[in-house]
Amino acid sequence: MRIYLDHNATTPLDPLVADRMALAMREVWGNASSVHHFGQQAKAALDEARGAVASFMGADASEIVFTAGGTESDNLAIRGAAEALEPGGRRHLITSAIEHEAVLNTMKALARRGWRVTILAVDASGVVSPDRLREAITDDTALVSVMHANNEIGTIQPIAALAAIAHERGALFHTDAVQSAGKLPLDMTSLGVDLASIAGHKFYGPKGTGALWLKRGVRLVPPASGGKQERNRRAGTENVPALVGLGVAADVAQRKLASEGPRLGALRDRLEAGILTTVTGSERNGAASPRTPNTTNLSIARVESESLLIGLDLAGIAVSSGSACSSGTLEPSHVLKAMGLSHGRTLGSIRFSLGAATTDADIDRVIEVLPPLVEKLRSLTTVGGRK
Amino acid sequence: MRIVVAMSGGVDSSVAAALLAEQGHDVIGVSMQLYDQGQTTVSGQKAFGTCCTIDDLYDARRVAATIGIPHYIVNFESQFGEHVVSNFVREYVAGRTPIPCSHCNSELKFAELLDRARAYDADQLATGHYARIEQDASGRYHLHRGADNSKDQTYFLFSLTQRQLARATFPVGHLDKDTVRAHAHRLKLGVASKPDSQEICFVPDGDYAAFVERQAPAALRAGTVVDGEGRVLGMHGGVHRFTIGQRKGLGLSTSEPLYVLAIKPDEAQVVVGSKDALGRTALTAATVNWVSGIAPSAWLPITAQIRHRHAAAPARVRATDEGRVELEFDTPQTAVTPGQAVVFYNGDEVLGGGWID
Repeated sequence: MRIYLDHNATTPLDPLVADRMALAMREVWGNASSVHHFGQQAKAALDEARGAVASFMGADASEIVFTAGGTESDNLAIRGAAEALEPGGRRHLITSAIEHEAVLNTMKALARRGWRVTILAVDASGVVSPDRLREAITDDTALVSVMHANNEIGTIQPIAALAAIAHERGALFHTDAVQSAGKLPLDMTSLGVDLASIAGHKFYGPKGTGALWLKRGVRLVPPASGGKQERNRRAGTENVPALVGLGVAADVAQRKLASEGPRLGALRDRLEAGILTTVTGSERNGAASPRTPNTTNLSIARVESESLLIGLDLAGIAVSSGSACSSGTLEPSHVLKAMGLSHGRTLGSIRFSLGAATTDADIDRVIEVLPPLVEKLRSLTTVGGRK
Repeated sequence: MRIVVAMSGGVDSSVAAALLAEQGHDVIGVSMQLYDQGQTTVSGQKAFGTCCTIDDLYDARRVAATIGIPHYIVNFESQFGEHVVSNFVREYVAGRTPIPCSHCNSELKFAELLDRARAYDADQLATGHYARIEQDASGRYHLHRGADNSKDQTYFLFSLTQRQLARATFPVGHLDKDTVRAHAHRLKLGVASKPDSQEICFVPDGDYAAFVERQAPAALRAGTVVDGEGRVLGMHGGVHRFTIGQRKGLGLSTSEPLYVLAIKPDEAQVVVGSKDALGRTALTAATVNWVSGIAPSAWLPITAQIRHRHAAAPARVRATDEGRVELEFDTPQTAVTPGQAVVFYNGDEVLGGGWID
């Protein structure tokens, strides 16, 4: 039996999602832009999915743009808004140091093209403070982008307060909600943002699907040119079966949210407490609260996360260090670094992210396997006798 | 038995992994990422050579998937830089000719990686080396040349100790290269026809001098090329550009061919002379390892090999100070080169070796 505790990297398809997608792949193959029966059938499936995603995000269906994932949503939001606002003379962008690379690298790309970009520091708990934003923002600021929940440590950012500051100065506010979708209730109105990105595969939907919510009236100049799909905001024939899957996943996630949140929170707290008490030199990274209920990020002294990850995988437990995109490198997590953690502490960091299939027995197993593995890795002296 | 296989992405270690898996072992493939490929060029562009690159890691991963074993990449960049690359540069700057592969074996594969293997409850670490390990009735391990003498790699493994040999296994050591490739074809491994790697992996273009110059620009200084009497014959750009026995690239025009006889880093001098002056019968070596763990107390008749492509020649060796030996060949050997290893054999058994002073 393998235990999967890496749900912030991706999730398996919900069985209902898989069934509905399989059906749509066979039956709903028309081009949603076509006038005839086949097109209408596809359009109806898209509309249904759009309605489900809108309901999931507490938004109106007309405000949902389907994309091929979180990265595309972030690019569309940031590049699209930046280009739309450029003629007005606003040439400043603000983001935080703990964003996903989809946001950070998009900001850096715009910086190379002459935009002024401010990257807000975070405190040791991994939270972006509204005061920092207040100091950084100017009348020149076009867009502020701060993630809703962090992928590595799970901390929830004070989005409503940050968005209010942006709006005071006439700037737009985008939030990357990829890690909060399916884990926290999403309500675009109470968040007070103008744009928000989600990705289907983080909440048991298919990879290669996502959405950008943009408040009515927000203008984008889409980076990709082409047909008039998605109300002129995202060109290209829609991947109808995949988006059907996204809609079903949004539906399922919305229904389960109220019960899954507390269930995962309790399991996560037990896992965290279990490790902190049994593994010497272990510490939690980031604030305990507010956090996504499924995530805990711990640093374990005197071991490298790379060795831990392999050892746990060989014991049938799948976890990660930092984000999935950074594995294979020994670059310390930019998130933990931004929080001011020591190099050693960042190198020994490990992330557990729980999900729908996680059980009490899984947590017991981790608490049983991890302490002796850590001890074994710490006790290594080379056979070659060099150490 | 659980066995970790060091997979380079080459055909030998791929077949080693596949054969062990075929025998029913619990095989775990591990590839070492040894350096940031982006640092190998000065232009700032990421360039990829032909060995130990992303392509090789990809090949290793494909082989692991084909034979159905887990595969992990472990990042040993800092250890490789510290133990292998820095030594390589230091040795060249000191006028010596290093062998990074030996250091990689002793400091990384059979140290760091072996440790990891133990932590993951593996009984053994396998590599694709052409070498054989035998255990005698008393339990002592013996290291022998690979069955394919043309591919033998024991010259790079002389520093293995009894403790390391107890945990090491060389699944292709008893095979010849053609058989290894035949296995690779039979097992449908994508690397079956991949060429053997030739160069030192972190210098894929083979230009060691340029590599050393990039790594240690401050340590380099120009000097003179002199003959045996100290007469200046020419100038050179740094002693790291020379190795004992080198004939090309001296920048001299003389009627008879001249060879590098000695390198004097302190004076930035390269001494050249005729080929017959290259022969030497005696040498000393340091950091000596005796595979048995026991240094001989008197002169021991052996054959000795002083570089990878050298036919081991009859000699006698004796231990002097701690970890040191003196060695006398029966007949003069060409180009005894400081920084290279001297490895002692009894027939095809490796008795030990050390680093030539």
